[in-house]
Amino acid sequence: MPMTKTRAKSGFALGNIGSMASQGVVLAVVLGFVYLLFTNTQENLALRGIESGFTFLDKEAGLPIGDSLIAYTPMRSYGYAFLVGILNTLFVSVLAIILSTILGVFVGVARVSHNWLLAKVAAVYVETLRNLPLLLTLFFIYTVVLAALPHPRDAIQLVEGVYLSKRGFYLPRPLAEPGFWSFLIAALIAFALGLAFWRWAALYKLRTGKTLPGFWGGLGIFIVLTALAYLITGRPVGSELPVYAGFNFKGGLAMKPEFASLLIGLVLYTAAYIGENVRSGIQSVEAGQIEAANALGVSNAVVTRKVLLPQALRVTIPATTNDYASLVKNSSLAVAIGYPDMVSIGGTIIGQNGQAVEIIAMWMAVYLTINLIISLGMNTLNARVQHAER
Amino acid sequence: MSTEPIIFQPTPARAAPSSKIGAVAWLRANLFGGWKDTVVTIALLAILLATVPKLIGWLFLRATFWGDADACRLAGGACWPFIIDKFNVLMMGVYPQELGWRPGIAAIALIVLAALTYTNRMRGIVLVVAWAILPFFALIMIGGAFGMREVDQSLWGGLMLSILLALVGVIVSIPLGVMLALGRYYGSPVVKSLCIAFIELLRGVPLITILFMASVMMPLFLPPDMIINNLLRIQIAMILFSSAYMAEVVRGGLQAIPNGQTEASLALGVTRRHTIAFVIVPQALRHVLPPLIGRCIALFKDTSLVIIVGLLDFLGMIKNAALDTSWLGFQAEAYVFAAFVYWSICYSLSLYGRELERRGPSAQKR
Repeated sequence: MPMTKTRAKSGFALGNIGSMASQGVVLAVVLGFVYLLFTNTQENLALRGIESGFTFLDKEAGLPIGDSLIAYTPMRSYGYAFLVGILNTLFVSVLAIILSTILGVFVGVARVSHNWLLAKVAAVYVETLRNLPLLLTLFFIYTVVLAALPHPRDAIQLVEGVYLSKRGFYLPRPLAEPGFWSFLIAALIAFALGLAFWRWAALYKLRTGKTLPGFWGGLGIFIVLTALAYLITGRPVGSELPVYAGFNFKGGLAMKPEFASLLIGLVLYTAAYIGENVRSGIQSVEAGQIEAANALGVSNAVVTRKVLLPQALRVTIPATTNDYASLVKNSSLAVAIGYPDMVSIGGTIIGQNGQAVEIIAMWMAVYLTINLIISLGMNTLNARVQHAER
Repeated sequence: MSTEPIIFQPTPARAAPSSKIGAVAWLRANLFGGWKDTVVTIALLAILLATVPKLIGWLFLRATFWGDADACRLAGGACWPFIIDKFNVLMMGVYPQELGWRPGIAAIALIVLAALTYTNRMRGIVLVVAWAILPFFALIMIGGAFGMREVDQSLWGGLMLSILLALVGVIVSIPLGVMLALGRYYGSPVVKSLCIAFIELLRGVPLITILFMASVMMPLFLPPDMIINNLLRIQIAMILFSSAYMAEVVRGGLQAIPNGQTEASLALGVTRRHTIAFVIVPQALRHVLPPLIGRCIALFKDTSLVIIVGLLDFLGMIKNAALDTSWLGFQAEAYVFAAFVYWSICYSLSLYGRELERRGPSAQKR
């Protein structure tokens, strides 16, 4: 076979297999297959009397949703119900990403700790969670752990206003009182000032070589100014405490058991994976680097910040991107414990009107979009920590 | 003058100081290195002392091993007779009891083959063929053919179903994944874009949506007179889902093969197709064996999702057992048992994966 084509990417003459003709045949076969599926689907839909198209989105949903971030009644449309689901998916995912990152970093650092006991406990945690199906973990948390909590009547009080019970978790709800907006603006200005001081300290060091406590100074500026603003504007942040009344808590922020189980399950599961990424990141940095820095008299904190972290992140970030994407996809397990996420609500809609094609297409569109956004964000972050291409 | 040669006699090295060896030194180095370490150690010890004895008491000391539900409630510990009572259902679902020996034989075949693979007694093409035959053997034993009584697929369940779904899924999706990876890596533009679209679409959405698709949407795609049962549809969905992930793993292996291999092969006059099939793919697969094992673990864990579309796999049976009215209140035991089974299987697989990594091609280079 003459090898005229070369591939730049693989750099050798394996070339493309097949010619224009065979490509055309492949395309024709695939298109023919898709057309066959399409006609079959049309026929089946007609046979079963199922409508097609997205007009159903405007119809009244009539389905109850237990947990919604925006005001919802069953009188609203299907489209609105689906939106509630999307928001719930996003909400639990974002919260779980933040919490699992924090826990995962702790776990990863603990795994390489010199403290034998800490390292072993972290290893047991990781090996347990990673080798169990997430669904099992969710069921366990939902039906065993949370169900073992007391009735709201004798709920466990962690601190003032935070209660744990089998009906859910209750937290104080922050309330904006008069003067809140001016306080918020003042706080933002204080934040900008703190940030500016930090930047200025870095520039000052470049110019004169003298070190100023830039980060801590900036943080101090932010905290002191914000506290001052809080007092001056007349303490504008109140809180509404949950109160036990009748058979359940009233007021405050309520976290339903379904949401709490899903969140806890996702966080525990993903943190085990992120912990492993952090561990392999730390272990990828050669010991010689740390020893060299220590020998030069660089303090431990600076070694961590300037030698260890930048190199460890190169390994950790790409792997963690995948775990974030998995987390969002795993949040669809909500359907198994009854938290109304997008899949759960979509599944109910399919049960009502049978328009599976449209709903599944909507699910796919939303998940693909979320994944795309995560990859874009993480790739930007990754581009900042990777080696410059030479 | 005496010519007695003076021979240099090194003084034997002194033993390490007692503060650097022995149990005390180990404790000091590993648990009480500084005040921070000491605080962490003491806090962890306190937590472990508060939980582990209670857990052991519940699991074993106060547990009931023989008896009925009332005996369990009296003892207050874990109730293992519940698991023993449900054992058959958990393993095989509602599969006819008198035919239980058939899945049993399939399970023994699986265990023997796994043992032969792990101990490295069987290798090369024989091993591949044996693993390729195993799922069909298991299907024949469970489903019944060649004169054995047929057992309807709606009766399959329990751990048997979980393992079967994972086994068939893995074994069929590896060749599919290799083909997709080759299409993505070497294919013509049209093939390449089709492969990329397929892989990225399946990897971009949760397995649940694909399972929903299989159970609700696939019947719409097929001609009205063609009916495929639910189990097969879900198996197909799992295979397709898994093949997209396998393809990405295999692609990593293809990228790891140096160009010299191809160039040498082409220089010897081997055709491109044969170069890919007999030079590159075998080496690539060897490279990616550990992550392929990782995908097997993931797929086995993922089989638990089939309960959402109405199959009663191991976790489904566990959930059902926990709701049995004559054993009410022993959910924890059911889930702990499920965790034990899933964990044992997944952890041994992951140990095997690490073992392969240790003796694999990428380890030799270092």
